[in-house]
Amino acid sequence: MMKTKKHEPLLHIVKRDSMSYKKAVLIRIAAIVAALVLCAIITMVVTGQNPISVYGTMGIGAFGTARKTWVTFQNVSILLLISLALTPAFKMRFWNIGGEGQVLMGGLAAAAVMLKLGDKIPNPLLIALMTLAAILAGGIWSVIPALFKAKWNTNETLSTLMMNYIATQLVAFFTVLWEMPKGSGKIGIINQNTNAGWLPNIGGEFIGSKYLLTIIVAALITAAMFIYLAFSKHGYEIAVVGESVNTARYVGIKVEKVIIRTVFLSGAICGIVGLLLVGGINHTLTTTMAGGQGFTAVMVSWLAKFNPIIMIFASLLIVFLSRGAGEVATNFSLNQSFSDILTGIILFFIIGCEFFIRYKITFRRGGHKK
Amino acid sequence: MKDRIPAVKLQNISKHFGPVAANSHVNMDIFRGEILSLLGENGSGKTTLMNMLSGIYYPDEGEIFVDGNPVTIASPRDAFDLGIGMVHQHFKLVDVLTAAENIVLGLDGKLDIKNATKKIREICDKYGFEVDPAQKIYDMSVSQKQTVEIVKVLYRGAEILILDEPTAVLTPQETEKLFAVLRKMKEDNKAIVIITHKMHEVESLSDRVAVLRKGEYIGDMITKETNAEEMTNMMVGRKVSLNIKRPDPVNPKDRIRVRDLTVRSEDGVIKLDNINFTARSGEILGIAGISGCGQKELLEAIAGLQPVETGSIEYVEDDGSYEQLIGKDPKKIRDMGVSLSFVPEDRLGMGLVGNMDLVENMMLRSFENGSSPFTDRKAPYELAKNVVEELDVVTPGISTPVRRLSGGNVQKVLVGREIASAPKVLLTAYAVRGLDINSSYTIYDLINKQKEAGVAVIFVGEDLDVLMELSDRILVLCGGKVSGIVDGRTADRAQIGLMMTRVGGSK
Repeated sequence: MMKTKKHEPLLHIVKRDSMSYKKAVLIRIAAIVAALVLCAIITMVVTGQNPISVYGTMGIGAFGTARKTWVTFQNVSILLLISLALTPAFKMRFWNIGGEGQVLMGGLAAAAVMLKLGDKIPNPLLIALMTLAAILAGGIWSVIPALFKAKWNTNETLSTLMMNYIATQLVAFFTVLWEMPKGSGKIGIINQNTNAGWLPNIGGEFIGSKYLLTIIVAALITAAMFIYLAFSKHGYEIAVVGESVNTARYVGIKVEKVIIRTVFLSGAICGIVGLLLVGGINHTLTTTMAGGQGFTAVMVSWLAKFNPIIMIFASLLIVFLSRGAGEVATNFSLNQSFSDILTGIILFFIIGCEFFIRYKITFRRGGHKK
Repeated sequence: MKDRIPAVKLQNISKHFGPVAANSHVNMDIFRGEILSLLGENGSGKTTLMNMLSGIYYPDEGEIFVDGNPVTIASPRDAFDLGIGMVHQHFKLVDVLTAAENIVLGLDGKLDIKNATKKIREICDKYGFEVDPAQKIYDMSVSQKQTVEIVKVLYRGAEILILDEPTAVLTPQETEKLFAVLRKMKEDNKAIVIITHKMHEVESLSDRVAVLRKGEYIGDMITKETNAEEMTNMMVGRKVSLNIKRPDPVNPKDRIRVRDLTVRSEDGVIKLDNINFTARSGEILGIAGISGCGQKELLEAIAGLQPVETGSIEYVEDDGSYEQLIGKDPKKIRDMGVSLSFVPEDRLGMGLVGNMDLVENMMLRSFENGSSPFTDRKAPYELAKNVVEELDVVTPGISTPVRRLSGGNVQKVLVGREIASAPKVLLTAYAVRGLDINSSYTIYDLINKQKEAGVAVIFVGEDLDVLMELSDRILVLCGGKVSGIVDGRTADRAQIGLMMTRVGGSK
C-alpha cells in the first residue's frame, strides 16, 4: 500500500470547453505558416531549389494569367458544388460518399438528352430537359441507398460507395454504345457542329465568358444552401435528425421522409455538376469526368465544418494546391509526386491543427503552458 | 477522532473546465471504517472531485495524500494501485462478456478465469454478494450489474471505495441489500464515499456528511448530529422547505382511458400485458415499479411512439366524448394536448438535442408552425428567455448548447418547454433522475402547478417516498402487468415494495 511520490506526467491532454473564434483562426493560420515553413525546408534539402521561387511558381500555376485564373475559379466552383451537395446529407449524419457516381449519372443523363434530342427540339427546351434529366438521375442515384437506409437501416457509406462503381460501369457501357467515330472508344465532342445543348457562354465575348456560368451557378447554390441549412424548416429538421433520431421521432418529424428528401437534394446537386461538366465544360462524357472530386469534396465539406461560406475557401485552397503543385512539377522538372508531398504536408497541418483547437496540452506544473 | 490519519486527504484541490471552476480549493478527509456521504447540488463538483481521486481527471492545483503520503494519480491504474476504486453512475461493463471476464478485464498477467472465479467467489462470500461469475452482463438486471462493478473494484484490492449515486437504479429492497454490504465493508475497515441525493439514505447509512456547494467545500458534520433540513440548507446556501404539497384534486374527470393494452418489443417480448387504468384531470397518477418493467413503453404508447399490439387508449374530452389515440402519429397526439416529457437514462437522448442551444431546443416543439418555409426564431427566443427566468435555469446564456448545462438545468429546460404548450395531459418519466434536492423540489412544484391547472399528470418515479408524497393514486407495475392501484394518501411503503416484485403483492 505504501507508495512513494511518483512523477507527475509531463503533459496532459485536456479537452477544451470552448475557444474564442479569434484564437481558433490564429491557430489555423499558425498551422498553415508552419506547413509552409516545413515544405520550404524539405524543398531546399531534397531538391536544392529556392523555396520562395517554388511558392511563387505555385501562385503562377493558379493565377499566372487571366485564363489560368478563370480556370482556377471554374475548378473551385465544381469542387465547391459537389461539397455543397454532400453537406446536407453530412449534417444529417448520412455519409454520402457517392458524389462521384451521382455526378457521373447526372452527366450521363444530360449527354443522353443531348445526343438523342439535339437538333430535334428548340435549344432552350433541350437545355431545360437536360437539366431536369441530370437532376433526376443524380437524385435517383443517391436515393437508392437512402431508401435502403430508411427502410432497413443499411450502412449508407458502403452502399453509396458501391453505387459509384456501378455508375462508372454504366458510363463505360454507354461510351462504347455511343462512340464516335466508331472504334475510337470515346464519345468525342457532342453536337460539335450545331452546339445543340451546349450551355450558353454568358457575359459576351470576353475571356472569362466560357467559365462564368459555372461560377455563377456555384455562387447561387452556395448562398441558397447557406440559407437552407441555417434558416429553413427543412434545415432544422436535418440538424435534429442528425443529432438524435429519437428526439426527431419524439417531436413528430418523419425521419424516413427527411432522409430521403435530403439525400435526393444531395444527389440532385451532384446531378447539376454532371450537367455543367457535360453541357458546359467538356461537351463530352467520360468515365473519369468527376476525377475523384466526389471524394475530395468529402474532405472539403469536413474542413469547412459543413459551413457553405467557409467551403468556398476550403475548395479554393485545395484547387490552388493541386494547380500550383502541377506547375511546380513541370517548371522545376520535378516528379509529380513531389507536389503531392507538398500538398500532403499542408493538408496534414491544416487537419492536424483541429486537435489543438479541440484539446489543450498542459505541461507539468512549473513548465510553460501551450 | 480527528487525530486519525485519513485514508485520503485532499488538500487545496482545484479543477477548472475552461472558465468554469468545477472545484476550487477543496480540503477533505476520508477515513477508514467510516461511510462518508458527499452531498451537493447538481453541478457542485462532487463527481469531478471523485473522478480526480479515481484518476479520470487530473487536478489543476492541490495535493492528494493517501495514508499520509503524497501521491500522484494520473490514471485509473494509479488509482487502483493506491487501492482507490470507483463505481460510476453509468456502468462501465462489456455486455457480451461474463461477470468474471469483466472483472479481470484490463489487469496485467495471464488470463486465468478459473483462479479469478475462485477469488470472486471468496469476495462474494465475505460480503454477501450474489454474483454468478459465468453469467453474461446482458443477462443481468441493473442491480446485478452494479454488484459486478463493486466486486470489480474489490477484486482489484480497493480499500477506498467511491460510489456515485448507486441507489438511483435500485428498488427499495435492493438498496437495503446494498447498504448491508456497505456496512460490512465498513466493519472491514474500508473507507467508503457515497454520493447520493436521497436524504433518508444519507441518514440511515452514513457516519459523516461532507457538503460541496458550487465547487467549494462547505463543511462536514456527523450524521447523527444533523438532520435533512440542515444538510439541505448547507447544500443550497439558504433555507429550503422539504415538504411536497399535495393539494386535493379539484373536480377530477376521466382524461386518458387505457383498456387491455398489450405491447410487444421489437424482438417479440411482451412489455405491457393487458394494462387497464384511467388517468384523471387535476390528479397525479404515480407509476411505481422496478426500472424496465414497462413504464417507458406505457408512456410511449400513449404518446404514439410505440406500436401497440392490442387494446385501446382513449383521450376523453370534458364533455365525455372520446377519441382513440392508437394509430395516430405523435404530432397529432401532441396537438391534441398530450405532452410527453420523458427523461431517458442519458437524459438528452430524447426530447432535447444536446448540441443545440436553448432557443433551438425550444423550437423543437414549434418549428413547424406557420406556412413560411423558414423557421420562426422569435417566439422560441422569447420562450427560452421566459423559461430561464421563471425556472431559474443556470446557464451562461440562451445560446449555450444544452449539453453544457448541469442535469437539473437540462431538466428544467425540458419540463419548461413541455408545460409552455399548456398540455391537457403531462407524461413525465424520471423527472428528477439525478437531480439534487433543490432542483427536484422545483420540479415537483412545477408538476403540482400543472395538476392544479387541471392537467392529468402521469408521473413515473423512482423514489417511492416521493411517489407516496406527491401522487394522488399510485399504479404499481410489475413485469408489464398492473400489480395494483393504491391511494397515495394511505399507501404503505412495504406493501408497494412487495407489489413491485410480485403481481398483487401477496406472498
